[in-house]
Amino acid sequence: MIELSSVSKTFPGKTQQEHVEALRDVSLSVKQGEIFGIIGYSGAGKSTLVRVINLLERPDLGRVMMGGQDLTAMNPRELRQARRKIGMIFQHFSLLPSRTVSGNIAFPLKYTGLSKEDIQAKVTTLLNLVELSDKASAYPSQLSGGQKQRVAIARALAADPQVLLCDEATSALDPQTTLSILRLLKKVNEQLGITIVIITHEMAVIKEICDRVAVMEGGRVVELGTVFEVFASPREEITRRFIETTGTMHRVQEMIDGDSPILRLAPGELLVRLQYAQRSPSAPMVSLVSRRFDIDLNILFGNVEIIGGSPLGALVVVASGEANKVQEALAYMMEQNVKVEVLKHG
Amino acid sequence: MVEWLQSVAPNVVKKFPELLSSTEQTLLMLFQSGAISLVIGLFFGVLLVTTRKGGILQNSAVFTILDKSINLLRSIPFIILLAALIPLTRAVVGTAIGTRGAILPLVFGTVPFFSRQVESALLQLDSGLIEAAQSMGISPFGIIFRVYLKEGIPGIVRGTAITMISLIGLTAMAGAVGGGGLGDFAIRYGHQRNQVDITYATVLILLLLVSVLQSIGTWIIKRTSH
Repeated sequence: MIELSSVSKTFPGKTQQEHVEALRDVSLSVKQGEIFGIIGYSGAGKSTLVRVINLLERPDLGRVMMGGQDLTAMNPRELRQARRKIGMIFQHFSLLPSRTVSGNIAFPLKYTGLSKEDIQAKVTTLLNLVELSDKASAYPSQLSGGQKQRVAIARALAADPQVLLCDEATSALDPQTTLSILRLLKKVNEQLGITIVIITHEMAVIKEICDRVAVMEGGRVVELGTVFEVFASPREEITRRFIETTGTMHRVQEMIDGDSPILRLAPGELLVRLQYAQRSPSAPMVSLVSRRFDIDLNILFGNVEIIGGSPLGALVVVASGEANKVQEALAYMMEQNVKVEVLKHG
Repeated sequence: MVEWLQSVAPNVVKKFPELLSSTEQTLLMLFQSGAISLVIGLFFGVLLVTTRKGGILQNSAVFTILDKSINLLRSIPFIILLAALIPLTRAVVGTAIGTRGAILPLVFGTVPFFSRQVESALLQLDSGLIEAAQSMGISPFGIIFRVYLKEGIPGIVRGTAITMISLIGLTAMAGAVGGGGLGDFAIRYGHQRNQVDITYATVLILLLLVSVLQSIGTWIIKRTSH
């Protein structure tokens, strides 16, 4: 659906050192009907990337294709026509303050040849979709943040786009509202079949609704894959840091470093982190291993989440027993595709 | 009543018909040059915002010329502009004196000021609105009329009120070079013949005019801000 090939963009500064290379040779493709997430810290280039998709920022190099059309080769009029099929929502909503909710949703439809009745019908349908029918004649200043973003989504959908770009669409919202907006986006994706690209710095957003994710750092895409793959086996340090923000497992390391009494081990005991790297953790690993190798596995922490539709999780256990038996047990689990990491020796 | 007025403001009573016609001339200068200046200033203000770097019609040549010309015109004291424009006024209007002759210099004195007012009002709009409109495929023309000029109404009206009020001051100066109006009236009688009550009466009328303009402005701003 969307194809970026070798896209680069530099913002010139006063001196050579002040040049900002926002995008360096980025190539990626977004499939029709998927929810594609792009995550990165501030300054990673993700906002530039999403603006390159509808050419609000024109890349210095590279090509942007959308549904088989080369956007970078279009003249201004053709580009405006193409943009009508690419909806966009923003962090600060960007609603027109002098217009009512209805007026905002109707804004992109005016002067397009549609009759007043058609526009009104469309507005009513969209208001129903975003569950704001009772706010039709309210002004943006009378709405909460979540309601504003719902109006913005309705407005972005008004021209029946094939793609919806979300630039930090939930970053100004509280967690509860974020969740409700993400559910709405999911609904839009499933009911209307709209391809969605989400830019965010919150891994929780990616985890909640994305099918695939690209991790950006320093203007490059450093890691790309399905959300499950990336969560299960992150390759890059930055990806690991993002993943840590969503779970509690990183606290274990802090507790080890702080010599927490919970984690004091008797001599011969091992503190081990076990992670299922496959989509279906089948066998009852803990009880099976403890029986077969005659060792004790004491679960200290557990964290299992549903990611990309599959459970993904890790356990931190204290393994105690005869030293060679413990080693055999760990080796067996590794054979069974469990990631085993010894955190601490007793 | 008349007797009381005659005792406190004898000259005003004596010159009452002239006071009325002077007021009329001031209003004429104010609204004619004001209307022309608003249209031209709005045009230049929009041009300043859209042709600047990063604007939707970015064009550095147009922007630089406009920007520098406005600075040049704004740095010339109005009283000098009045005299300097006499040949041009005569060529365009046919006469350089009287109320008619004052319109052109007043427009020249007001347009640069109002253009800057419009510019600053439009620059204060959230740039996200422009970006959002661009992302919807709205044309530059559509963005100017449907976003800048529509969303900018409160700011533009505020600038208009300030401009009209400062224009009242300019009309008084224009009076000094033969434009007539309240300024001229006050100088001729109040100042040169030391008829102080005439000065007071003029100030009172101007004060009334300023208050009315400001109230209309405030009322419109209130109605259009949400």
